[in-house]
Amino acid sequence: MVWHQFKKNRLALAGLAVVLLLFAVAIFASLLAPYSPTAYDLNSILMSPSKLHLLGTDDQGRDVLSRMIFGARISLSVGFVAVSIYIAIGILVGAVAGYYGGWIDIVISRIIEVMLCFPTFFLILAILAFVGPSIYNIMIVIGLTSWTGIARLVRGEFLRLKDQDYVAAARVSGASDRRIIFRHLLPNALAPVLVSASFGVASAILIESSLSFLGFGVPPYVPSWGGILSASREYMDVAWWMTIIPGVAIFLTITAYNLVGEGLRDAIDPRMRQ
Amino acid sequence: MLAYILKRMLLIIPTFIGITIITFAVIQMAPGDPVALKMQSGERGIKSEAMAKTVIEKPRNLWGGEKPLPVQYALWMKRLVTLDFGESFKDHRPVIQKIAETLPITLTLNILTIIIIYLISVPLGIFSALHPKSVLDKFVTLGMFILYSLPAFWVATILIVYLGGADYLNWFPIVGFVSDGASELPWYGWGGNVAWHLVLPVVCLTYGGFAFLSRFSRATMLEVIRQDYIRTARAKGLPEWKVVYKHALRNTMIPLLTLMGTLLPALLGGSVIIEQIFSIPGMGRLSFESILARDYPTIMAIAAIDAFLTLISILLSDIMYVVVDPRITFEKG
Repeated sequence: MVWHQFKKNRLALAGLAVVLLLFAVAIFASLLAPYSPTAYDLNSILMSPSKLHLLGTDDQGRDVLSRMIFGARISLSVGFVAVSIYIAIGILVGAVAGYYGGWIDIVISRIIEVMLCFPTFFLILAILAFVGPSIYNIMIVIGLTSWTGIARLVRGEFLRLKDQDYVAAARVSGASDRRIIFRHLLPNALAPVLVSASFGVASAILIESSLSFLGFGVPPYVPSWGGILSASREYMDVAWWMTIIPGVAIFLTITAYNLVGEGLRDAIDPRMRQ
Repeated sequence: MLAYILKRMLLIIPTFIGITIITFAVIQMAPGDPVALKMQSGERGIKSEAMAKTVIEKPRNLWGGEKPLPVQYALWMKRLVTLDFGESFKDHRPVIQKIAETLPITLTLNILTIIIIYLISVPLGIFSALHPKSVLDKFVTLGMFILYSLPAFWVATILIVYLGGADYLNWFPIVGFVSDGASELPWYGWGGNVAWHLVLPVVCLTYGGFAFLSRFSRATMLEVIRQDYIRTARAKGLPEWKVVYKHALRNTMIPLLTLMGTLLPALLGGSVIIEQIFSIPGMGRLSFESILARDYPTIMAIAAIDAFLTLISILLSDIMYVVVDPRITFEKG
């Protein structure tokens, strides 16, 4: 049903195609990249795009195309792992608050309100400065700081669903709380979570590239889109390709995920289709 | 209503305590003793043991020394409520003084940004709602969508090169909040100079917010325009502009107002990058620099103040909500 609606939306399908293409690029990076992403060649620094280097070379003579291809791995894996972490936390916290209600709900809602008050990006930067920037820490820190939206969403859905007849039926037939939460309620609350996850991957990729841009991301020798952009700042007047190419890649990736999110939302929630 | 407002104001106390606990916990995650870390970095000039000791002593006072964590927290809280954040590890100036210098700049930047976002996206969203499926509606939706996906730090970098660089157009200053010596100018000259400095940063901060708010106002307006009272207004023969601007617009504005409070934390986070790129001496840049320097007292103060500001703006929009919408009941709180 959802797929049927989704595939009517041409923009969303295009977004999905880009997402799948990026995955292919990330998985087969070592086959696709014409050069090693870390091999430097000081005889050919800052060369503009040519037949030899399709997207030019950077300030250390590394092939920008190869670095872009390997950079896709960083962006996509950070996006996916970080979002998986916070979806897991958000579902658990939101489900407990919505299902049990009462003082548990009050405490959890207060905690969510506290988390909402912090500017997330500042919090992520501060924690990363303490634990040291690495790709795993970035995933974990984004995951630990961004779960509040999902938690609120799931809590709301659970509050709406838990008084329905099928839940009462499950309870009188002796199902445990855990079974009711995960087998009966959660599948019905998952649709908006999926939409939110799609937008979430886009914003996690944006956060990762901003962090790399500020020097809080992966180490400079590891190829990442934000890192290439950051290195380009000193050579902008001579090497436009180092600025334009990663920027366009980040933009296209974020757009693709947002389009998929839009398409999903329209397909799931008919009220949004005006 | 007064009872509700009072109750709502009391509720910020537990939230604020939660904020301080998280701030304190984040600092505890820092590797090793901040005092030891400070000794390793920076203070290389200290030779005599006595001097090193006084350097250790000072921050230890802030942290409550070797006392157990809850006591350290209580001591920090005691200083916090009197706005005493201690001295910066970096330049030994009182943290509160550094924040007092930078906060007005960041607030100017962010309030200006919020105003511009509202001024541009609400009319666009309402226009889209009144002409659904029109060419302009589709154009606005797509345009906003593209803007939303453009990374602000990339746009900022490109704007600097093409509109503020020596090689291309040199239209805007790209460094700072105001030119040196601008304080000699009359007030309108000074204001103009600040405005000229803020054009590019404000562009970078605003455009991402358009998509969200214009879509939200479009959806709200569509919801309102379907209500019975709008049909009644039309049926009794009111001109369309009166139906829209007098009857529908007022109810559309209510949810839009409450959004204002939630915009602030996102903007404060975003202005860390933008202030850094444009070298604006605001709180965003201060926070980035204190993170780089592991200046714990300043980081803690900024986290607490940012969170507190957000808390206040959420509180204000909640109160505004009940003031402008008499349908909301106060009993449930």
